[in-house]
Order: sequence, then structure tokens, then C-alpha cells
Amino acid sequence: MQPHAAASAEESRLWAALEEVSDPEIPVLSVVDLGVIREIEVDGAAAKVTITPTYSGCPAMSYIEMMVRDAVLKAGFEHVEVKTVLSPAWTTDWLSEAGREKLKGIGIAPPAEVSTSKQSLLGIDPVVACPRCGSENTEILSQFGSTACKALYRCTDCAEPFDYFKCI
Amino acid sequence: MTVEAQREALFEYLLRLGDNALILGHRLSEWCGKGPVLEEDIALSNIALDLVGQSTLWLEFAATVEGGARDADALAFKRDVLDWRNFLLVEQPNGDFAHTIVRQFLFDCFHVELLQALSKSANQEIAGIASKALKEALYHRRHSGQWVIRLGDGTEESHARAQAALDALWGYTRELFEGDAIDEMMMQAGIAPDPGDFEENWKQAVGAVLAEATLTVPDANWSIGGGKKGIHSEHLGFLLAEMQFLPRAYPDAQW
Ligand SMILES: [Zn+2]
Repeated sequence: MQPHAAASAEESRLWAALEEVSDPEIPVLSVVDLGVIREIEVDGAAAKVTITPTYSGCPAMSYIEMMVRDAVLKAGFEHVEVKTVLSPAWTTDWLSEAGREKLKGIGIAPPAEVSTSKQSLLGIDPVVACPRCGSENTEILSQFGSTACKALYRCTDCAEPFDYFKCI
Repeated sequence: MTVEAQREALFEYLLRLGDNALILGHRLSEWCGKGPVLEEDIALSNIALDLVGQSTLWLEFAATVEGGARDADALAFKRDVLDWRNFLLVEQPNGDFAHTIVRQFLFDCFHVELLQALSKSANQEIAGIASKALKEALYHRRHSGQWVIRLGDGTEESHARAQAALDALWGYTRELFEGDAIDEMMMQAGIAPDPGDFEENWKQAVGAVLAEATLTVPDANWSIGGGKKGIHSEHLGFLLAEMQFLPRAYPDAQW
């Protein structure tokens, strides 16, 4: 996601509130890092937040919506509307730089490349670096992992298995 | 054509999309806790989750088109067998792992083609849901395709099981490409493609993987359909009995 530009003090306050909402499945990431906040609008004491789901069946979405609503009200806005849009569809390209660094910090490899690349369309495995030792000698154990957004890899140098935030 | 007839056709069409995703998603969820290895247990459950999520989006839109008399939950849990519009292929029982994988692969290859076309639909809501679902379907196809190759080109046992699954399921694939009056109306409105249009692409995609898997394309002399019109195999009733039990036994339960 593009670094968000706040047009006013009110918008800055809203963005700051949203930065405090964590992804329930990967709590180091805020919903802003994750790129699910698509748009905000502030009109006096009313705030409108547009979100998009990561995966169609992501069980965290209704929870995220609730937490967003809660955070916005706590930030002092009196009315909040949370709208869900599907289009354009969420892509891992919207993960923020800060978010990618945070993932590495907890041992999850961030998406290796832009998801629109030919390689991911053709189903060729990207080069995924081990988040522990940095080695690129890694192998995929399973295309699916502990949550909808992850795949399971193993480093053949340090032998540690790790989660990879898969590209879509 | 009246606006009312258009609306009814769109509702029917959306049910087909939602029902295919929900029934296949439910079938896959039956593997949860029973997968042959932990990774596949997780994989099949994840694919199930994607499909059930997609069905929610389709059925929510269907409910809106219908006019709000029923919501997505009512469509999922309060319709009986004859009101379901999914293909016979997706309601077929899981069988062994090879059977589940082959069923999935045949559907995934179809699903990718269909969603690619729907992502260009004149209906913005449909285009949005399809673009979202397409990314997931591509990932599913990759998983099922890799397994078809591994099973087909694996041991004598895995090859025999994969071929047996293919032979048992092939006759259900004809239905995927047969258009009817609803498809015709959707096509004319620029909402959905003619399903016959991507049969060639499907055959090529399936054939390429089967060749690599050393499996033989069945020379099936039978085919059966009717799911789109509500004519189902005996298996759907049992599936619904399990899937719909809780909301039927405890209407409007909250937790
Ligand atoms: Zn390592």
C-alpha cells in the first residue's frame, strides 16, 4: 500500500487509531501494514473506513471490522462507518515496507516478489530467503500453512522450518 | 425480456456459483482432522475455507438480488436438495485421497477458466467477487495439479488409484460445459460467458497435467448432469443433512 497521506489533523488522528489495530492472526502487523485499509474519509465527527478482505474465507475479517469500529470510536469520532470492498482484490503487494520488516522480525518470510509476476502466475516457486539465517537454500514443505495467508518452508542450511507469507 | 425475468435468472446463476463453492468446500472440510499427512489436512481445510468464503460472497449477493426475503445463511441452511444448483461433480463423496484430489483438479481447472471470464463481467459486483476468487482458484489448481502428477507418476498403487478416480469422475465433467437458458440470458447481458467456450482450454490444461502424470484421459461413454436444475445424486441429501443439522435443530441459534 502507498504510504498514506493525511490531508488534515483529523485524518492523521484516524490513521494513528488504525495503526493500533492488529491483525488477530499476526499481531505484529497492524491492519494498515497489512494493506486492508483502502480508504478513509473524515467529515467532522464522522469517519468512514473502507476495508478489503485478504482471503475470501479469512475468518479474521469480521473481527477486524469490529476492532476497526472500536478503535475509531475510541479515537473520538462519534460516527463510524466501515465499508467492505472486494475490488480491486487485495494483493500481498499492498503489504507495507514496515510490515515486511516486522514479519522478518518474528521469523515469517515476507512475500518474495510482486504477486503479479509471470512466475507466480505460472506456479514457479519464488526464491524465499530464510528469515533466521538469510540463506536462499530453502524448500517448500507445503503450499498451505497455519493461516490462509501462509505457506510452510524449510531452510536447508540452518534446518529450521518457517512460515512464508505467500504471494497472491 | 422483463426486468423480473432478468432478476430471476441472475439469482439462479448466482446460486449456481455459490452452491458449487459451498458444496465442494463442505466436502473438503470433511477431511479436517483426517488428512493423510498433517500438511494435506491443513491444505484441504484451507482450500475449504477459501471456497466457503467465496460461497458467502456469492450467496450474499444472491440474497440481495432476490430482494432480501432470505439472507445468505437461509440460502445455505434452509434449502432442501431440489433447490440446490451445484454440479454433480462437487457433491460426489471424497473417496480416497486420490479421488478427492482428482475431483478437485477437474473442478479447479474449470473454476480458473470460469472466474477468468467472470472477472470481466458487465456486472461489477460479479467481476469483483470473481477477481478475488480467481487468485485463490489459481493457487488451488497448482496444489491439485501437483498432486495429480505426484500420484499418477508415483507408485503402482497411487497410479492405479488416481486412474480409478479419473475413470469414476470423468462422466460428471460434461455438465460443466453445458449451457442452458439461464446461461444464455447471462451471456446476452454480458454478465457471464458461454460455458462451452472454455471447454477446449479446460481439456488442454487437464490433458497436459494428465500426460505428465502418466494418466490416461478416460474414453468415457457415459455422462450425467442435471445439478444446475436441481436434479442431484443421492449423496447431496446426506451432505445437507450434516451441513444443515445445527441451524435446523436450533433455528436462529447464536453463539
Ligand atoms: Zn536458515
